[in-house]
Amino acid sequence: MLTLQCPYCGVQAEETELHAGGEAHLKRFGPGASDEDFEAYLFMRENPKGVHFERWRHVNGCGKWFHAARCTMTLEVFGTYSAQTSEPPQSIRAAISAKRPGWQWKDFA
Amino acid sequence: MKRYSAFAIAREAARYHSGWGRAWAAPQPKAKYDAIIVGAGGHGLATAYYLGKNFGITNVAVLEKGWLGGGNTGRNTTIIRSNYLQDASAAIYEKARSLYETMSQDLNYNVMFSPRGVIMLAQTHHEVRGYQRTAHANALQGVETQYIGPDKVKELVPIINIDGPRYPVLGGLWQPRGGTARHDAVAWGYARACSDMGMDIIQQCEVTGVRRDGDRVIGVDTTKGAIDCDKLGLVVAGHSGVLAEKAGFRLPIESLALQALVSEPIKPCMDVVVMANTVHGYMSQSDKGEMVIGGGTDGFNNYTQRGSFHHVEETVRALIETFPMISRLKMLRQWGGIVDMTGDRSPILSKTPVDGIFVNCGWGTGGFKAIPGSGWAMAELMAKGHSPLAAEFSLNRFAEGRFIDESVAAGVAH
Ligand SMILES: Cc1cc2nc3c(=O)[nH]c(=O)nc-3n(C[C@H](O)[C@H](O)[C@H](O)COP(=O)(O)OP(=O)(O)OC[C@H]3O[C@@H](n4cnc5c(N)ncnc54)[C@H](O)[C@@H]3O)c2cc1C
Ligand SMILES: [Zn+2]
Repeated sequence: MLTLQCPYCGVQAEETELHAGGEAHLKRFGPGASDEDFEAYLFMRENPKGVHFERWRHVNGCGKWFHAARCTMTLEVFGTYSAQTSEPPQSIRAAISAKRPGWQWKDFA
Repeated sequence: MKRYSAFAIAREAARYHSGWGRAWAAPQPKAKYDAIIVGAGGHGLATAYYLGKNFGITNVAVLEKGWLGGGNTGRNTTIIRSNYLQDASAAIYEKARSLYETMSQDLNYNVMFSPRGVIMLAQTHHEVRGYQRTAHANALQGVETQYIGPDKVKELVPIINIDGPRYPVLGGLWQPRGGTARHDAVAWGYARACSDMGMDIIQQCEVTGVRRDGDRVIGVDTTKGAIDCDKLGLVVAGHSGVLAEKAGFRLPIESLALQALVSEPIKPCMDVVVMANTVHGYMSQSDKGEMVIGGGTDGFNNYTQRGSFHHVEETVRALIETFPMISRLKMLRQWGGIVDMTGDRSPILSKTPVDGIFVNCGWGTGGFKAIPGSGWAMAELMAKGHSPLAAEFSLNRFAEGRFIDESVAAGVAH
């Protein structure tokens, strides 16, 4: 069973308290964007076997959205962080680098 | 290949079963093939089979990183049906279902196709309307289904509780020629037939890279060395994203865990397949007597072939309301597979941005039923560059907004 610490209320929440919200740090495209960008935003998804960033909601707790960095191959959690950011903070990146040297996800490394 | 028959059994019985040959060969890879298929699941093997059978292309290798049929093909709950809402889906799933009818004879391999009938329960008024609509659509598509009332459901499934407190059974969509088949046998039967046509099925051979010359594919790198090819079919279900990345393009796919479980064997009590999409559970009884149970996917990206316990709990909780008698059953085994989910919950059978590479993926929670139809269409696509059955399932439907939206029509579990 997956447990994630909610960065807002600090609770170690297990999976039934949480709702998975899909890929994190999506760049949104709207009217005026190219067809390619719009398609990629709506449908193309990062689907790595390894380090992955995603959105979660503490749905049966404080109700807030947050971010998590996780490994999809081992289910190891590298850390969670606030939703009020468009990229993973340095501390999370360092935590991943310590365990998965050379990792890359989208433009982040 | 020695044909299997009643006579062969008698002959072998008379000589202590010493004369059964290998069902398929275990060759080393050649330097080059006309076509390479990555993934020896049902879809990959069926693609190879119809490349040979329908198009005479037999210089083919099927590369498998583990053992053949060890992916979702050997992990699913074997429901076969074709009662889809959209025309494109009905066409390919009905093609597949009809090929299942004669598969054992065609492959000379008993795949135990059992057209025992499938009921999808309507447990909300929304579902009643939805399934009535599907029954009408199926009539126009030439797929035999019928909308039935609760009395008929009870007659077909005596162990069902039709007036449950929360979700009473209001009716159902009944497909009398839907059913189940032996999943391993489907993979084994195709593998044996492919091997017999001279194709190489190479197990324990992982594709680690895709080699290109500009926009064209020229071969693959594998754990057994580099192999050249003119055409490459990627048929790797949950690993489609990983392979696409190696080939240099992206897919609208996410990989999630889907679980299933079986109970201890009990006496025959249910001779149809029942799906309950509102409460997310379905059940059938295997020939051994086990109740085979499945539900919806887990919620997050996952490659571990393990799911979370609370999903199993949810599925079982839902089914106990509908089938009170299973509440005392002990569960024997539980397992998971990694399913490839697309945005519209329909598969992708398509050319790709790389010349010579074709993908067959996105079957998600419901591709066992499609294996022969998918292989048929994929082989045509790879041989001729176009297939009427596959046309609607091309990759560019996402850019064009041309979705084949079965997620509403079919519920989560197909
Ligand atoms: C629990 C569960 C229940 C299901 N129930 C049903 C059901 O009742 N009815 C139904 O119709 N469908 C069902 N499905 C879905 C169905 O199992 C799949 O859609 C179908 O089996 C997919 O077949 P495939 O050949 O595409 O994939 P797979 O059988 O997964 O084959 C893909 C193969 O590719 C191999 N591979 C991956 N990467 C590489 C690589 N780099 N190099 C070489 N080989 C590689 C894998 O090892 C694997 O063997 C269920 C699935 C699950 C998990
Ligand atoms: Zn919280």
